[in-house]
Amino acid sequence: MNSDGKDNFLNTDLLWQMYSVMHRIRISEERIADLVTAGEIKTPCHFYIGQEAVAAGVCLALQKNDYVWTAHRSHGHYLAKGGNLASMLAEIYGKRTGCSKGRGGSMHLLAAEVGILGTVPLLSATIPLAVGAGLASKLRHDGRVSVSFFGDGATAEGHFHESLNLAAIYKLPVIFVCENNLYQCHMHIQEYLSEGDIYKSGDAHGIPGIVVDGNDVIAVHKAALEAVRRARAGEGPTLLECKTFRWRGHVGPSTDIDVGIRRRDDVCEWLPKDPIPPVMKRLLDLGATEADFDRIAEETLAELDQAVEYSRRSPYPAKHELLEHVFYSGAQSRAEGMTFPVAN
Amino acid sequence: MRKLTYVQAIREAHEQLLSSDPRVFVIGQGLWSPWYAGGSLQDLDKQFGRERVLDSPTSENAVTAAAVGAAIAGMRPIVFHPRMDFMVLAIDPIINQAANWCYLFGGQVHAPVVIRAVINRGGQQGAQHSQALQGLFMHIPGLKVVMPSTPYDAKGLLIGAVNDGNPVMYIDDRWLYAAEEDVPEEIYSVPLGEAVVRRTGSDITIVAASYMVSMAMQAAETLGRNGIDAEVVDLRSIKPWHKELVFDSVRKTGRLVVADGGWETCGVASEIAAAVACEMFADLTAPISRVTLPDAPAPVSAALEEAYYPTADSIITAVEGILAAKV
Repeated sequence: MNSDGKDNFLNTDLLWQMYSVMHRIRISEERIADLVTAGEIKTPCHFYIGQEAVAAGVCLALQKNDYVWTAHRSHGHYLAKGGNLASMLAEIYGKRTGCSKGRGGSMHLLAAEVGILGTVPLLSATIPLAVGAGLASKLRHDGRVSVSFFGDGATAEGHFHESLNLAAIYKLPVIFVCENNLYQCHMHIQEYLSEGDIYKSGDAHGIPGIVVDGNDVIAVHKAALEAVRRARAGEGPTLLECKTFRWRGHVGPSTDIDVGIRRRDDVCEWLPKDPIPPVMKRLLDLGATEADFDRIAEETLAELDQAVEYSRRSPYPAKHELLEHVFYSGAQSRAEGMTFPVAN
Repeated sequence: MRKLTYVQAIREAHEQLLSSDPRVFVIGQGLWSPWYAGGSLQDLDKQFGRERVLDSPTSENAVTAAAVGAAIAGMRPIVFHPRMDFMVLAIDPIINQAANWCYLFGGQVHAPVVIRAVINRGGQQGAQHSQALQGLFMHIPGLKVVMPSTPYDAKGLLIGAVNDGNPVMYIDDRWLYAAEEDVPEEIYSVPLGEAVVRRTGSDITIVAASYMVSMAMQAAETLGRNGIDAEVVDLRSIKPWHKELVFDSVRKTGRLVVADGGWETCGVASEIAAAVACEMFADLTAPISRVTLPDAPAPVSAALEEAYYPTADSIITAVEGILAAKV
């Protein structure tokens, strides 16, 4: 699938949204990477730089109350779905004002108000959780879609295959989005998967398996729109493989070339495929000016500066709070707060 | 009041939960089977429809995780494992996900899932069709574990577990399915974390859970005929367990036997014995004794099985040992 410019869903507003979301993820991640390098942020951070088109393309096809489930590399999905930047930064700093009150850090983000009910780093663990949220939506007839983002490494887990089958037999409104960035931690996909075309697993489980250029935000978005349509129409799940590449290493700001992981050729091949410039070019062709981009850059940088300052100033959780929340206290769940009435 | 068996009480709890709470659904293996898990889920699919009573592929991991995901998204699922041994394939969604969820996100979301696991042992079924893994799950912060020993509790604890709001492992035992007693017709909850004294006594406290409560009651009857007055405490919940009630009883009797159908090392009996020894040593007048499975897998041969499972006699022997101990 390619973006031929004739897609009727495409308009200038949507292109600006795509650009803004990708740009916001990119500069936020670069700032966080700098703060890790400076030693100010200690919690493990897995950077999304290079993969922005997937989060933007998929999340812009969703409604605010649709569910998004993701894993350790989740900053991009959180921001694309509409999560609050300052709450995420404060969480990464381990502060009480963080989205998870300092219990979670980078790998455990929460934005219940936009359908992110928690992210966790265990490879593939959130894939069947997404299936469960889809089952909840089906039982409630609430029309929501549940999206699961995961990497190529997660497809080597049993969770992945069990989940595809389960969503298929129950015909659930679930979209499985595999971001194939070629590496499971330090291992190249050719070293650990006998079949590197992950979309083919769709066939094995009797559901559509679609592959797109994961660095082409318009192609990702178009495929996501069709998967969302299928899900909302009760036609069941879709597996969408987005071929992409992470510019940084598995964890932390390094590229991992220096430690001997054979990534140099891949990095050289993928850097020119940066997903953001093609969208800028389309906007320029449609009459945008450099000043328009400068204005967005200034606004986003100002927001980021404020978020970092907010995080630095925020208090840490108090030590006496250590044992709070081991068990649910009976408070209103933020997930229940957005639950639709059950139709009978 | 009418009588129900333990298995009928489990079924009635499901029926009343499905009738009264639209968030409740049941998922797992055997829900559409002609045997309906020993009758404990008899015809629920016919009564409530197969959309809410879902039989599943043998994908313990994804099925359990799907129940956890639905719970996080606002539902109150009961996920069913007809044998606890097979549930080990679902350890990630239970330990890593459900148990952690509330804490990880600062109490803003939670995973109110009930995981029903059946202890289904004996009959020469061997090591992978016999396990009682309550001690493993008791170890996990954020997870509650209940083990009903009577029909009344089998119904009330399932309803209490669904209403609790935390991930709860509900462990029932096939050896109890035929037990019968008066069970109220209305819907009611047994609160989690509350033990009960099944028999009062002054000489020794026997703390037990699930099937071992019936063994403890038998033992207490025999001991009573021999002039030994045993108090029997039924834990009902093993996590959290009712420390105050157990301590009160031990303070009165000064002696403690803990009987559990799991293994000895790091098990239910070990935890309770340790807590009593650490926190109320001065009240003890004798050493504590544990009655458990030996630290070995379940054998197949009937002769070995007979030696493997603790009985009322095992408890009597332990009590006599304590009373004979020179302190």
